[in-house]
Amino acid sequence: MLKLDGVTKVYRIGAFGGQTMTAVDEAGFEIKPGEVVSLIGESGSGKSTIGKMVLRLLTPTAGTISIDGRDIRQMGKRDYYRKVQGVFQDPFSSYNPVFKADRVFGMLREVYFRGVPDKEWTSKIESALDAVRLSPEAVLNKFPHQLSGGQLQRLLIARALLLDIEYLVADEIISMLDASTRIDVLNLLADLKLRGLGVLFITHDLALGNYISERTVVLHKGRIVEYGATDAVFEQPEHAYTRKLLASVPQLHTKWEDAS
Amino acid sequence: MTLEVDDLRVYYRTLKGDVQALDGVSFGVKDGEILGLAGESGCGKTTLGKALIRLDGRMKHVGGSVTLDDQVLPIGDDVKMNPYRFKQVSLIPQYSMSAMNPTRKIGRMVRELLDSRKVKLDLDELHNRLDLVELPREVLGKYPIELSGGMKQRMVMVISTLLNPSLLIADEITSALDVSTQKAVVTTLKGFRDRGFVKSMLFITHDISLTNQLADTIMVMYAGKLAEKAPAGVVVNAPKHPYTQLLISSLPEVGVRYADKRLTGIPGNPPSLLNPVPGCRFRDRCPLAFDKCAEEPPPVEVEKDHVVACWKAA
Repeated sequence: MLKLDGVTKVYRIGAFGGQTMTAVDEAGFEIKPGEVVSLIGESGSGKSTIGKMVLRLLTPTAGTISIDGRDIRQMGKRDYYRKVQGVFQDPFSSYNPVFKADRVFGMLREVYFRGVPDKEWTSKIESALDAVRLSPEAVLNKFPHQLSGGQLQRLLIARALLLDIEYLVADEIISMLDASTRIDVLNLLADLKLRGLGVLFITHDLALGNYISERTVVLHKGRIVEYGATDAVFEQPEHAYTRKLLASVPQLHTKWEDAS
Repeated sequence: MTLEVDDLRVYYRTLKGDVQALDGVSFGVKDGEILGLAGESGCGKTTLGKALIRLDGRMKHVGGSVTLDDQVLPIGDDVKMNPYRFKQVSLIPQYSMSAMNPTRKIGRMVRELLDSRKVKLDLDELHNRLDLVELPREVLGKYPIELSGGMKQRMVMVISTLLNPSLLIADEITSALDVSTQKAVVTTLKGFRDRGFVKSMLFITHDISLTNQLADTIMVMYAGKLAEKAPAGVVVNAPKHPYTQLLISSLPEVGVRYADKRLTGIPGNPPSLLNPVPGCRFRDRCPLAFDKCAEEPPPVEVEKDHVVACWKAA
């Protein structure tokens, strides 16, 4: 279980860091294996900051993040990233355009799988690609610009799967994708959770959170305003902010005028 | 009819040849109508919006005509198009955060902008419109950097519509905004139309649920061609084109319990528009495709105001 307890992040801003801004204020929630937790909030609510802290790209100012009761700061980074990996919003800037896209696998091999023979490595890649429903011929040996956004995002998820990770931080991973392909990436996350993966799904789009997640965390200005089972949060929101947010979501079959 | 577009073709020049981004699109927009233009990336919706106001250097007007208020717009000619811009056709840019001149106070910038069009500033009217979008009049004495993102967006909306253009083009103006701001922007745009500040509007977005909140008519494009055009409610509830049907059914919604229910996407990718094969451009991904799809389906009015370009729908 990945657990956040009283996690706070204060940024220093302004010239010479004279002022401070609290981006995340005592956030606490947990992600169990085989569960998708969506973290919903508007821009500036601190949702990406939480994702980055879980990925250890930022250090919390206060509070602890732990996996199965062990503080993540006590784990070596090499071991930690075997358990937790992230995928980010923009698939095109996640890759270096001058190298082939499958280099992300090669880089992983250099760090974690040095002793693995070529044949075993190839079959490992093939099974990871199979898990994200990509065919090896379609994506290997290609440059990033030759692949679609959905394919690139799935390659990054496949890369994370090679490490047998336990938790995945998915920060707006489908915001850049088209409507007809984004649902495939979402369904992929749903498949992965059946394999026991815990997913932190960060999004500003409430409809996506509603579709994929078991539990929902609603953030407002760095504070958690609502936290609970997705059905409960969406059907009986308790906090005024959540209600306002839900009322603003454009719905396909109801118009705003009719709803109010 | 405010706007009549007839068989418009705009290609992009590239080293490998012409990309047929907009390939024979015809439609009309009536007085007071808001047309929502929806489609995935690369379907030609932005190209269409740009073609109506300014072609950039890579774009080439290949054929077709655009008529606005019974005048033919010289869209291929950058200089001749100038008298129409801002007065007849206006644009709200996607990044309004950076659309204003950072070195001028906003009031002065507006005056300079109007001077360049040889129009005198009607200060009362400007004040009225600021009141309408709930901006304090003091913003005119401020620099853009002193305004918040939402205020800048509203300011740009006021400036764009100041000369009561016949046609307003809003290209993806809400995609960078939060849901609550999105709602405010859409409501303001509707207000502009209701008060007659703009005669008609082209609202371009990839988000069909949002378009449905605002638009009277929705036009769905696919790979540079019109797929379906119908009143908003019809597109959302009873689409006829297989692409629209699949697209609508792939959208997750708030207020629905999914549990273990799965939605499905559309397999495959849109075709390359560099030398596309003739025939229906959706046929490789279409579950209903049959022999006749090798011929290009013409847009047919299957019901009143409901145009579909598909052999199966006609």
